Amino acid sequence: MALLEVRDLTVVFERKGEEPFTAVDGVNFDVEPGQTVGLVGESGCGKSVTSLAIMGLLPKRGARITGSVVYDGTELLKLSDRQMRDRRGRDLGMVFQDPLSSLNPVIPIGLQVTEVLERHRGMPRKEAMVEAKDLLDKVGIPDPNRRLSEYPHQLSGGMRQRALIAIALACRPKLLIADEPTTALDVTIQAQILSLMKELVQDLGTALVMITHDLGVVAGLCDEVNVLYGGKVVEKAMRHELFAKPRHPYTHGLLASIPRLDAPRGEKLTPIKGSVADNIPWEQGCAFAPRCPNALEVCTSVTPAEEDQLGRLLRCHNPVVPGTPAAEEVPV
Amino acid sequence: MTLGVTKKEKIDALAENVGVSLAASAWKRLRRSPVFLIGATIIGIFVVLSLLSPWLAPHDPADPMLIKQVVKARNEIPPPQPGHPLGGDLQGRDFLSRMLVGSQQTLIVGVGATLIGLTGGLILGTLAGAIGGWVDSVVMRFVDVMLSLPALLLAFSIAAMFAHPSQFSVILAISIVQIPVFARLLRGSMLAQRASDHVLAATALGVKRGSIVFRHMLPNSLGPVIVQSTLVLATAIIEAAALSFLGLGNPDDRIPEWGQMLGDVQKVFDTHPHLAAYPAICIIIVALGFTLMGETLREALDPKNRR
Repeated sequence: MALLEVRDLTVVFERKGEEPFTAVDGVNFDVEPGQTVGLVGESGCGKSVTSLAIMGLLPKRGARITGSVVYDGTELLKLSDRQMRDRRGRDLGMVFQDPLSSLNPVIPIGLQVTEVLERHRGMPRKEAMVEAKDLLDKVGIPDPNRRLSEYPHQLSGGMRQRALIAIALACRPKLLIADEPTTALDVTIQAQILSLMKELVQDLGTALVMITHDLGVVAGLCDEVNVLYGGKVVEKAMRHELFAKPRHPYTHGLLASIPRLDAPRGEKLTPIKGSVADNIPWEQGCAFAPRCPNALEVCTSVTPAEEDQLGRLLRCHNPVVPGTPAAEEVPV
Repeated sequence: MTLGVTKKEKIDALAENVGVSLAASAWKRLRRSPVFLIGATIIGIFVVLSLLSPWLAPHDPADPMLIKQVVKARNEIPPPQPGHPLGGDLQGRDFLSRMLVGSQQTLIVGVGATLIGLTGGLILGTLAGAIGGWVDSVVMRFVDVMLSLPALLLAFSIAAMFAHPSQFSVILAISIVQIPVFARLLRGSMLAQRASDHVLAATALGVKRGSIVFRHMLPNSLGPVIVQSTLVLATAIIEAAALSFLGLGNPDDRIPEWGQMLGDVQKVFDTHPHLAAYPAICIIIVALGFTLMGETLREALDPKNRR
């Protein structure tokens, strides 16, 4: 049985006097123990909301969550606040995007690590401090003894993200959700943090849900990839499959938009035309249709169903035939 | 500037910052601020004087030792003379001694009113900001009602409710007026904290609600409140003077207080302006000292000025 089973997860934001907005629309995915799963998509496709819904961090009022999130046999969406609080940090860890603002600026790093240990593992402060030092050491923070008494603003960006990872993994959760953990870091640090996460996840056997818009992150880390568009999973495949043969025009476009080292000089990048704002509602067809180079008549009238095609899930009327070159060139 | 210099400066700055908390780095900046030093010097002298005043005062401030020189009909008041450099007041008491001892009462009123106001504001602001929902609405409507009345008028009304005005009634009247100011300020920064990333991150770690409020939200919200309290110290002293001036202060004038001294001499102000000038100037200087300190503290604690 999978460690995390997300079934038909739907999040609708409701506000008086406004049209309800469906941020996540029937998302399904599984995470096996120790597996790394990617959720990929551009801004506004519902990746972060999915992670917050799993963690139970969406506001009670205004967000209607339906579907099911089963963690290790327990339905998380039915747990009380108190039960959920006991699980967060212990069973499910989370790493956020901006490492500076995710740390409490007025408390030394050490206390922020021991806080979780005291809370979930009932350690006395002194014992927790020793453990905290080990944890900082493990995430590659040099001179951990000194760092324990330092404040977040005294650490570099990469160091802060390492500290956050240490805090998230302090109680050895079986599942770690990382919401764009490298977005706020510069490229060299990104690589370090990613390889650290990869290493830790392997060592501890933690399953990882990696939320990112960066396909490079996915390529280096994930076993399985879910591509989200407009709140729905449009393509789901194993990493190698997806990168070798993207079938959904959106995935294809994402891959084609990445600059390649082996491309001839002067070759233009191929962006995906339009923006998320051009979406049509899923009820009226495919949300991606207005931006899709492969769009057919049927795409703007019939919602494409999720189809299983040789181990990959695809939601498209007219998928890309493997081997075709990148989407048509659009003047920028 | 060459690249080498900037790099060295950066390294120096880094080295300086090692193991430094928000408070410590604020202190570092404050020490270099001349404005803060002026304010702190004024307040330092004021506090030392008021603490030592019982020993510094040459005479008993309640003893009408120069009463023979007071001639009510001719509006004569003891002039400065040997042993009494500032002369005497309307009751023939040594004016210098009354000024010195008066600083003590003024300090008590300022600090007392600020502390009570701060405590009340902290409780209400934390309730509103941390719990939110209907508690927030109830507390904030109450605060709105209080803030809709002019502060001084409200303080007068509260002070006038006491059948026997005393030092305590003055402090209470001033502090109650300050409660909504503190409450609203704290609630605002608590709300900002509640929506902050690090509180979300702490929630994602399963930290208990109590810890979230008292460890993650409250300490991060206190900056503006600390600054406000130094400013309130200044206004509390001025308001106490205003209450005394209007006869709502402590009627027992054996223990002097600057505001009360100012109120006592209204009738002779045209002939003996110095009796009003001394306490008034002292009040202004002390209020200025607290305000200068508060302003520089606000700048130093502003996280945007850090690094």
